[in-house]
Amino acid sequence: MKRLLERLRQGYRTIPFPDASLELPPRFRGRPVVDPLKCRTGCRLCADVCPTGAIKTDPLRLDLGACLFCPACTSACQDGAILSTPEFRLATRTRADLVLDGHQQRLATDLGKKLKRLLGRSLKLRQVSAGGCNGCEADLNVTGIVVFDLGRFGIQFVASPRHADGIVITGPVPTNMQLALRETWAAVPEPKIAIALGACATSGGPFAGGEPCLGIPADIPIDLYVPGCPPHPLTILDGLLRLLGRNR
Amino acid sequence: MADLDSGKTEPLPTDGLCRIGNGKAIPLQRLPVLEAAGFHRAVVAACTSGARLAAMAVLPGRAGERTLLAVLAEDAHAHLALVGTDLPAVGGELAALTAELPQAQAFERELAEQHGICFAGHPWCKPLRRHADLEGPAVGEDPHPFYRVEGAGIHEVAVGPVHAGIIEPGHFRFQCHGETVLHLEIQLGYQHRGAEALMLRSRPERRLAIAECVAGDTSIGHGLAYCAVLEALAGAEVPARADELRAIALELERLANHVGDLGALCNDVGYLPGASWLGRLRGEFLNLSLEICGSRFGHGMLIAGGVRFDLAHELQPGFLHRLGTAEADLEHILDLVFGSPAVTSRFEGTGVIGRELAEAIGMVGPAARASGCARDVRHDHRFGAYRSFPIEPASASSGGVMARAQIRVQECRASLAFVRARVLDLTAGALVAPLPPARPNHLAVAMTEGWRGEIVHVAATGSDGTLRAYKIVDPSFHNWLGLALALRGNQISDFPLCNKSFNLSYAGHDL
Repeated sequence: MKRLLERLRQGYRTIPFPDASLELPPRFRGRPVVDPLKCRTGCRLCADVCPTGAIKTDPLRLDLGACLFCPACTSACQDGAILSTPEFRLATRTRADLVLDGHQQRLATDLGKKLKRLLGRSLKLRQVSAGGCNGCEADLNVTGIVVFDLGRFGIQFVASPRHADGIVITGPVPTNMQLALRETWAAVPEPKIAIALGACATSGGPFAGGEPCLGIPADIPIDLYVPGCPPHPLTILDGLLRLLGRNR
Repeated sequence: MADLDSGKTEPLPTDGLCRIGNGKAIPLQRLPVLEAAGFHRAVVAACTSGARLAAMAVLPGRAGERTLLAVLAEDAHAHLALVGTDLPAVGGELAALTAELPQAQAFERELAEQHGICFAGHPWCKPLRRHADLEGPAVGEDPHPFYRVEGAGIHEVAVGPVHAGIIEPGHFRFQCHGETVLHLEIQLGYQHRGAEALMLRSRPERRLAIAECVAGDTSIGHGLAYCAVLEALAGAEVPARADELRAIALELERLANHVGDLGALCNDVGYLPGASWLGRLRGEFLNLSLEICGSRFGHGMLIAGGVRFDLAHELQPGFLHRLGTAEADLEHILDLVFGSPAVTSRFEGTGVIGRELAEAIGMVGPAARASGCARDVRHDHRFGAYRSFPIEPASASSGGVMARAQIRVQECRASLAFVRARVLDLTAGALVAPLPPARPNHLAVAMTEGWRGEIVHVAATGSDGTLRAYKIVDPSFHNWLGLALALRGNQISDFPLCNKSFNLSYAGHDL
């Protein structure tokens, strides 16, 4: 009885994603707005403070694949050429689409007719943490809680690669995880997809250039990049739904 | 500011150790360097009279050689005792401390694989992180098989590195008789990213990002230790308001993780209402951190010398209201969880570590407190805002899953009270103090109490003031052996529950 009352007290907590327009708090650092026209030639203030070298100047470009979404560049820039926004929709299909150059970012498109027919209503994923610090893993787990409820979209994380339609990779893939990642990928039956989640999986993040950090093997083709350090659960959810063509 | 270390350190003639406070620095030449046997005797003597090994690191020596440093935490005296011994430029052989001090086991295994030191008499000097099957055995190195139990009815269960859930990788090798676990060996190292080496090679902007990602669920804990060690090297004083905001961020991190762990414990005993509700509530605390600094994990909050974000007066009512709502929700749920025999019957008597064992293997954090070791850096080696507002260590004694859950409940309550009191009474002032350059040839140690326990960062500068040595000790480094021993005599099916009750970091251990 107490449990039933508490259930009523706790209420219904699932957010109406993707139908309602959700906004994150003003301090949330989502997609930065990059304006090369405002950038002064020769000024490298933003690039110099960027922890991962995600920013190139002349002309100004910002690589969301390496960006840790820290406040360094936006506080260094005197000209308003890089401004933070709370926009959380960030996932792309290609590595190149992660580079912001002032044009509108091309967000992820769906997997195409054939794969959408196969996976669109039931996508089972196996997660491989390969040097992930438990930031990406934690917020990936969160997509399963009652607030985000990944399950209602037919997406589920499964225990065996044999049951999976694809893998989600986190971390800079150090030496000691290369074999385990390759074997997990090989164990997933075709057709299969691969998702790189977070700055480390995409570019090495803060660990890029670390001696043991080799990155995702080139023979694992990536179908979706989800930027962030770690990506917000809504960024992950938005990316997955875009892939399945289900976010509109 | 310049005389941070003078007057605070008192090299005691009786045992030859140099004593400093948490978050302080000394000139490297003040470090007592003893010959090997004296070093061994000094460490063992200190540990038999109440000290603990908080860190061991190799420092660049004065004449191009290397010095092995031991940092001993004297909790009762709020001191860190430092002592060193010289090593040859390559290799070196020392008598293993582990033979007398089991708490040294992981440190010596780490030193052996990273620095080629041979520890004579170490009972299990297997590499911690190096994987011989991937990287090839080092010259003359044994292949280091898993410990095996043999006999009728004995079987072995191997799990990992890739696990069934969304968690980090590690390999668990159980030796079982029927359902009963006789021995568990935990082989980690899959997550080794070279974090310490990168710290030395990276620009300051990058180093903070690395510290925040040593263990991503402990960004504030490790970020704070990094900032504190840098501030100690520079002799900088952090403004009071920044110290308080740092402590608020650290307690929010503790709340989110403790609440999440309690939910995960419910999940592992099949009490799903608790799992769902606590899982959501964890997010409330992460979102409070997001409100302050724009990141659910506290990224960007800290900067050496202070903090980047303020909790301005106009934000406080909303913040406190959300905190109050979350607290009320938490109490309602806890009442149900701990009133449910389905939960308590599985928690009680599972995965017990007694006090003597916890002390012997040097456990820290909530897991140690659950076994009756009242150690907490916020109380014993006060830092930042805890110098003015210390937190009493939570206490329990039964040492099992139940005690580890109850410690988390007590700590959630203490953190909630702390955060509320600090937000209501934030000291006015600056958010950040200028950071002078690090002093050359100095050694600094900073400890913080992350939600998993004691975090230690040790740094030393060279004659040009750049970092020459950087050592990170995550609480998981001490506690993984505790988990392995907690399983002995328990059923293998209780492993997930025991594992969650420790909830250790793979990345923080593997670095």
